[in-house]
Amino acid sequence: MMNLAGKKVTVHDMCLRDGMHPKQHQITVDEMVTVARAMDDAGVPLIEVTHGDGLGGKSVNYGFPAASDEEYLTAVCKEVTNTRVSALLLPGIGTVDHLQMAVDCGISTIRVATHCTEADVSEQHINMAAQLNGLDTVGFLMMAHMIEADELVEQLLLMESYGANCVYITDSAGYMLPDDVTARVELARRELKQETELGFHGHHNLAMGVANSVAAVASGANRIDGSMAGLGAGAGNTPLEVFIAVCDRMGIETGVDTFKAMDIAEDLIVPMMDNIVRVDRDALTLGYAGVYSSFLLFAKRSAEKYNLSSRDILVELGRRRTVGGQEDMIEDLALDMAREAGTI
Amino acid sequence: MTAKIKAAIIGPGNIGTDLLIKAMRSDVIEPVWMVGVIPDSPGLSRAAEMGLKTSADGVDGMLPSMQEDGVQICFDATSAAVHAENSRKVNARGAVMIDLTPAAIGPFCVPSVNLDEAVAAKAMNVNMVTCGGQATIPLVYAVSRVQTVTYGEIVATVSSKSAGPGTRKNIDEFTRTTASGIESVGGAGEGKAIIVVNPAEPPLIMRDTIHCLTEDEPDQDAIIHSVRKMIAEVQRYVPGYTLKNGPVFDGKRVSIYMEVAGLGDYLPKYAGNLDIMTAAGLRTAEMYAEQILAGDFTPTAPVALEA
Repeated sequence: MMNLAGKKVTVHDMCLRDGMHPKQHQITVDEMVTVARAMDDAGVPLIEVTHGDGLGGKSVNYGFPAASDEEYLTAVCKEVTNTRVSALLLPGIGTVDHLQMAVDCGISTIRVATHCTEADVSEQHINMAAQLNGLDTVGFLMMAHMIEADELVEQLLLMESYGANCVYITDSAGYMLPDDVTARVELARRELKQETELGFHGHHNLAMGVANSVAAVASGANRIDGSMAGLGAGAGNTPLEVFIAVCDRMGIETGVDTFKAMDIAEDLIVPMMDNIVRVDRDALTLGYAGVYSSFLLFAKRSAEKYNLSSRDILVELGRRRTVGGQEDMIEDLALDMAREAGTI
Repeated sequence: MTAKIKAAIIGPGNIGTDLLIKAMRSDVIEPVWMVGVIPDSPGLSRAAEMGLKTSADGVDGMLPSMQEDGVQICFDATSAAVHAENSRKVNARGAVMIDLTPAAIGPFCVPSVNLDEAVAAKAMNVNMVTCGGQATIPLVYAVSRVQTVTYGEIVATVSSKSAGPGTRKNIDEFTRTTASGIESVGGAGEGKAIIVVNPAEPPLIMRDTIHCLTEDEPDQDAIIHSVRKMIAEVQRYVPGYTLKNGPVFDGKRVSIYMEVAGLGDYLPKYAGNLDIMTAAGLRTAEMYAEQILAGDFTPTAPVALEA
């Protein structure tokens, strides 16, 4: 491993957005405020606050949240001093109206996410965000394991051309191994403008979250997503307190207090978990079969309802090359499988 | 039937060409003009080979002779940005405009739900909502005609290859227009629309999920009956409109899982999202044509817009 001492990395915590998935979008406004204050105190520079599926994600398909995006963002933005707040937007689910609302609530960063091959659906949203004075505008390519590095970089360049000042390689399925990350990040770093920031968002389904994030930093990424105690979809995001401790050991500068990060994970986040977020059999299947991490609980529920194996459902979803957002496919598929098994 | 109503298609792209092929089979519509903006475009050449008059000067190229040529119905398969101007021009020459863009300046028309009303209102401009709207609003309505639907939500998943540049550049228009149609035509208290683009190969056939939340416990038998009847109704103009699963009843949630295959006229069969637009547009035009032929309706230039 090359010497990364002195390298600066911006860490971005996902507990209050990706963490909404394992919480079935039921994190309360009070819990968000408590967590955000602690993040501020620990020196976490950036935290994401939105419905798990982004602005406008409130739906039958993805789940109705405990409070609206507007309520969450308004409450959190006014509670933090140094920590900045981001929101996620998936075109096709949320619109520029949601984006404007989030900006009015006081976010500093908007992240516009598309499937890795469909960057062009983000043009109108990135364009608009880039024209808002000082808004940190991030393009976020999901399920990035599904295409090769050169194809991925073409899509990242599109987002850059629309006005994103930072672009992300997102391992939504937690499928990538460190070499996969290195190949993609290295090529992206070479092709993007020097001033364009580059980020990596990992999931821990193969327990590679930290290793992949270190590989990303070594290859030229300067923003890393994670979540304290890994509160996120599937087996969770890169456990951020672990990544911060590793950075500390390697001399990578995150600006976050390592012990305070550990305390947030242990004292605030773990007690919030409905079930311990870990690499269980189904989460491992996500990483193994390359399936969108948010499908986890939907597959478990459908498996229970129709007396099927959740692993079988997840493997089939991978085989069909489903993409983020297709949660509606899960019950439909489970019904097909149950009919085939003769149980309905 | 011998008499047919003459029609013009504006926009010789994928949608316009598929519409042309469907319209050639119609008993009451006779396509006579195809209008584009790119000289020698494949769509214009194909239309010319099929015996239509063509112009690469946009709608303006057709205007001087359209009344003489007897054009009473126009289809706009261009974009929302230019639709209003196109509509004003052809309306001023006494032709009805069927809008296949998301401009939505006229009332929404979903043939299996409100075609009679739209035609009875003798509107000079009707809008076909969106592909996702055509595929799902009939089923929101199928539930809401049984009992009160407080919330209707649809998820349309289309293959990457069938999502054209227009849709991609303005995907918000899809979600907004569809949600609005779920409410005003589908009869849901609140509407929500989601679109997902999937690049899998071979391309997936358009999938649509319809979730309704009913005010009271759903009347399962009545809803199943109403949904089946509605599917048969849509199948009259889109034979590949297929129930995959459901209705699933879960408390007050009613979920219906659909697949929409096209006829494969010009567009591939997986592009059911595009096919359902052209089929619905043509169905609407045919109803207008029948009214015109029966002497119940004479499209007339709106006085205020006469220039």
